[in-house]
Amino acid sequence: MKALSQKRRHPLAAIALLLMGLLVTGGLYAVATTVNQAKADTNTYSASDVEEGGKLFAANCATCHGMGASGSQSGPSLVGVGAAAVDFQVGTGRMPMQMNGPQAQKKPNQFNEEQTKQLAAYVASLGPGPAIPEAGVLDEKGDAAKGGELFRTNCAMCHNAAAAGGALTRGKFAPALSGVSGQHIYEAMVTGPQNMPVFNDANISPEGKRDIITYLKQIESNGSPGGADLGALGPVSEGLFVWIAGLGVIIAFTIWLTSRTS
Amino acid sequence: MSSSLTPDAPVFVAKTTGGRITDFVDQRVGGSGILREFGRKVFPDHWSFMFGEVALYSFVILLLSGTFLTFFFDPSMAETHYAGSYTPLKNVEMSVAYSSSLNISFDVRGGLFMRQVHHWSALLFVASVSVHMLRVFFTGAFRKPRELNWVVGGVLLILSMAAGFTGYSLPDDLLSGNGLRIIDGVIKSIPVIGTYTSFFLFGGEFPGTMIISRLYMLHILLVPALILLMIVMHLFMVVVHKHTQYPGPGRNDGNVVGYPLGPVYAAKAGGFFFIVFGVVALMAAFFTINPIWNYGPYDPSPVSAGTQPDWYIGFVDGALRLMPGTIGDWKVEQVWFGHVFTFNVLLPALVPAGILFTVMFTYPWIERWITKDNREHHVLDRPRNAPTRTAIGMAGFVWYCVMWAAAGSDLIATHFNVALNDVTYWLRALFFVGPVIAFVVTKRVALALQRKDREIALHGRETGRIVRLPHGEFIEVHAPLDEYKRYKLVGFESPAPLPAVPNEHGVVDRKENRRAKLSRWFFEDRVAPVTPAELEAAHGHHGSHEAVEAAASQKTLSH
Repeated sequence: MKALSQKRRHPLAAIALLLMGLLVTGGLYAVATTVNQAKADTNTYSASDVEEGGKLFAANCATCHGMGASGSQSGPSLVGVGAAAVDFQVGTGRMPMQMNGPQAQKKPNQFNEEQTKQLAAYVASLGPGPAIPEAGVLDEKGDAAKGGELFRTNCAMCHNAAAAGGALTRGKFAPALSGVSGQHIYEAMVTGPQNMPVFNDANISPEGKRDIITYLKQIESNGSPGGADLGALGPVSEGLFVWIAGLGVIIAFTIWLTSRTS
Repeated sequence: MSSSLTPDAPVFVAKTTGGRITDFVDQRVGGSGILREFGRKVFPDHWSFMFGEVALYSFVILLLSGTFLTFFFDPSMAETHYAGSYTPLKNVEMSVAYSSSLNISFDVRGGLFMRQVHHWSALLFVASVSVHMLRVFFTGAFRKPRELNWVVGGVLLILSMAAGFTGYSLPDDLLSGNGLRIIDGVIKSIPVIGTYTSFFLFGGEFPGTMIISRLYMLHILLVPALILLMIVMHLFMVVVHKHTQYPGPGRNDGNVVGYPLGPVYAAKAGGFFFIVFGVVALMAAFFTINPIWNYGPYDPSPVSAGTQPDWYIGFVDGALRLMPGTIGDWKVEQVWFGHVFTFNVLLPALVPAGILFTVMFTYPWIERWITKDNREHHVLDRPRNAPTRTAIGMAGFVWYCVMWAAAGSDLIATHFNVALNDVTYWLRALFFVGPVIAFVVTKRVALALQRKDREIALHGRETGRIVRLPHGEFIEVHAPLDEYKRYKLVGFESPAPLPAVPNEHGVVDRKENRRAKLSRWFFEDRVAPVTPAELEAAHGHHGSHEAVEAAASQKTLSH
């Protein structure tokens, strides 16, 4: 320490100080810019994100989830649910919930991206949990065929083989998956929102999840090769169609054929 | 010896080559005689008489498109890896049957279209058979002499369901495999012989390696052959019995009023084939049916949400869905003598269908026994003029529809935002209450319509014009009915209950007593048709009004 203080009047001291200052500023700036670029990598939230998120949480979520997200009679504790759960629930408009019911309904988002991120940062700061997935698993470049097999085995019993959705007990349901972003699909798998089970990485590897997302996006972009898909709901909509449209048109023709010009 | 056989008699020689060929064939086949006989057959014209034709034409379309599909379909359950052009299934392990179905869909030119033509016309086939049967039932066309043809029609309905189901299972995709699994479960639930039957059918434990090729043989050989045989019998009997007709002036049980088959009616019927084909082709071109590529290959472990059979098996699936596994604390599945009796599968799968078909097949004889009506009937009943029969029919129809709706309970829940459990509870209640409500309401509606007919026949149609008479009375002007329209309203039978009649020993036995009770139940609520005397009286009573009405209508005419 003495040596350092002795050299403080060294001719190069001012230059060294200037260099240090520049390095620190530049380095900080570099860190700040990579945070901005790698938006998906939100494991590193800034302290201000956490702070802002805390304020938003207290104002909008704490009524049910309790102060400090420790849970209450009306809502579960969110300690350890992770940023992925927040990004899914808030990012699809399910939270804040419009009303109590069998399950939270999708609706227009109540928070913008920035606020969603801040809320996620706050909840993630409370305890470790599933993070928002990295871009690598969302690139939709996996193996669609393998994804289809995984989907049929793990997802189709609720979401329907064509991902058209299906009913669960007592008013609950598995939604249709067309138009859902890959990120939200991934987050749903790792956090198990509403009545969905959690598919952790031991259950379906991140690679498998990537395949599933690839499959879903591919069947969505493929469209329906055989013409209008009638909701992809299977024999019920086909039966309705043949009785109402098919037989209806034919009855119109029979009436025309047997009518007489009078 | 007739003169035509003498050698020197003038022999007819046609002028043109075509004529000579026709004459040659005719002399050996006798075509002109057949044509003369059939060309003169008279068919009454009514749109509701054409559903049988729709069914026949759908069947022809099925044969044509089905033949195309057999060129490319391979009913083997050997395992293969998909190498066709549908990328989401690339290299997936599957059966040859499923792979060849995918190839028909994606790699055979026009294959997907033909598959969709085949499937849509199958749905239309069973639908038109059903509507045809409903028409026959509600108009009383099953009565003597057509009881046996009604039974043949019922057999055709069952055969068409069998044809549909065996075809539904062929692509070996996840959906059809799930359907087969349910059939397997139903077979296994039959006490004692169930498991053996399942093993024989599948050639071992489900799903085995035999079932697709076995179903294929049934689907393309046995069932269509039986259907064809039944259609021949059905049409033969139609020719023998002649066609029924709706009541109308000049129509009775001894004649048929309508157009001769040739040439106009035959042209219409022939053209109608192309209309049906056109409608099916349009549906196949623009609407997907059974997108097997969505479902993936069959694998006994996954079961997709929204797994349903095609509509005609739906009522059995619905009954299965409605059946509770426990009633209170009592388990429907029982273990007796160390054997499991799965009544929660056996009862819903076999009992409702059994009741429906038994009543359907025996109904002509039930009604004949109750009414003791042994006459031939060629003039149909308007459904309102047989209130109890119509009510019975509607009760059965509603019962069927409740089970039918239950097959789509999950989709009702998701699409109408209601709870699946509530849908099931309501449908369970309706399963018992629905037919009763339908019976009562239908009978009341039929009787009310009959009373309305009676009113109109007696007093004419209400015009809504109010006229004040010179002495201050207001009356509504009734437009008198012309005789042809009135005939339709009064020309029906309304039998009174038939009391018990003693047999040859002078004793009223229990069976006869029961019949008399049923007869009372059948006919006690009745609206008698207007008699000529009543009509006369009504007109006499309204004499002064009629004069006004006549004057009023004169006035309207002069405007």
